[in-house]
Amino acid sequence: MADTLGTDWAIDWLRRSAATVADHRVELGELDRAIGDGDHGENLDRGFRALMAKLDAEAPPTPGSAFKMAAMTLMSTVGGAAGPLCGTAYLRAASAVGEVDILDAGALVAALTSARDGVVARGKAAPGDKTMIDAWTPAVDAAAAAQGQGVLAVLEAAATAAEAGAVDTDPLIAHKGRASYLGERAVGHRDPGAASSALILRAAADAAARNAT
Amino acid sequence: MTVGLVVVSHSAQLAAGVVELASQMAHDVALVAAGGMDDGSVGTSLDRIMAALDEADSGDGVVVLADLGSAVMTAEAAIEFLDRPAAACLADAPLVEGSVAAAVEAQGGADQAAVLHAAETAWSPAGSASPPGPSGPKAGGGAPAPLTSVFTLVNPLGLHARPAAALASELGALDVEIDVNGVDAQSVMMLMTLGAGQGAELHVSASGPEAQQALDVVRRAVESGFGES
Repeated sequence: MADTLGTDWAIDWLRRSAATVADHRVELGELDRAIGDGDHGENLDRGFRALMAKLDAEAPPTPGSAFKMAAMTLMSTVGGAAGPLCGTAYLRAASAVGEVDILDAGALVAALTSARDGVVARGKAAPGDKTMIDAWTPAVDAAAAAQGQGVLAVLEAAATAAEAGAVDTDPLIAHKGRASYLGERAVGHRDPGAASSALILRAAADAAARNAT
Repeated sequence: MTVGLVVVSHSAQLAAGVVELASQMAHDVALVAAGGMDDGSVGTSLDRIMAALDEADSGDGVVVLADLGSAVMTAEAAIEFLDRPAAACLADAPLVEGSVAAAVEAQGGADQAAVLHAAETAWSPAGSASPPGPSGPKAGGGAPAPLTSVFTLVNPLGLHARPAAALASELGALDVEIDVNGVDAQSVMMLMTLGAGQGAELHVSASGPEAQQALDVVRRAVESGFGES
């Protein structure tokens, strides 16, 4: 087994992301209603549905071009803060992987790291601010630690760490976005951006389990 | 050609309204609204912002004003996507005041850096934005005392938006440090904050090589009622 992932995986990841966001649309909206404006599930679902329509019309030739298509589409159709944040994650991942057809474990870790760095730069949030960074940062750390064990291990570690990171936002006070206006009242609620990031990273692992070559 | 402006807002109506207001004082400036989503809902769209950046740039660059959170982030991303990212810059400025100040500055033929500066200092106290400050080196350097004069507004509407823009623009072209009632008279926003109506007195203090010309500009403008009856 060559232990790499290719364009099929990248496209399958995007499709599985769209499916899981659609499945959790109401739940994400409820998380957001508790500490934000309630539109996170709707907005992400609208963006990923637009992305599915583009993928149906035109198959990207490389993982990087698939990520770039996701970036442009999400930034133009999500509408809320998740658009530029998720879009930037995909855009930086696209830059990190370049034009290659095949990604090994090292390339995946580099892509995830660049994606996380892009979200940090765009949103100017730090770990512990109760944002999607709190899912992304442990995911990147776990992915890097698993790099020697291959692509499946990298993405499984990232997804598991992101899920734990999202749960760990429950007791936090928010320091970014609308939730930051709530102070102590945000405590006890999960950050919707961390929750959706965990869903999307789980979709990457699920797609890898199907598409590893 | 002038520097172009792009106004990014979650709301199409808000962006269009800011463009309407700012363009009253800047007829020759390409002011482009990029508000809302393609389907008419509230939000910000990369595609719309990129199209607006393209439309606003006549070769002299673009300054972008944005309202809140995701509008700022999407505008930043749009600028990164440009073939030449330096062609556009995002102002850290209040949307309405920054857009008006930037439009007036662009109308006067200022370059991109000066238009950006005008936007970002639209709401700052007089003088705090200008680099050395009038109380700096020239105070002890034997500089002549400032020229001062007092004018009374005669026109019914006083120093409202249009004359404030015209006056700030004309004074901006002169080599002068000039205050009216304690605020920077080269800033349209600061002049508008005075809220000076008919009968109000303008206490003008000018220093620098063209101080006398600047006082004459204010005198002519006030005495003509800013061209209004």
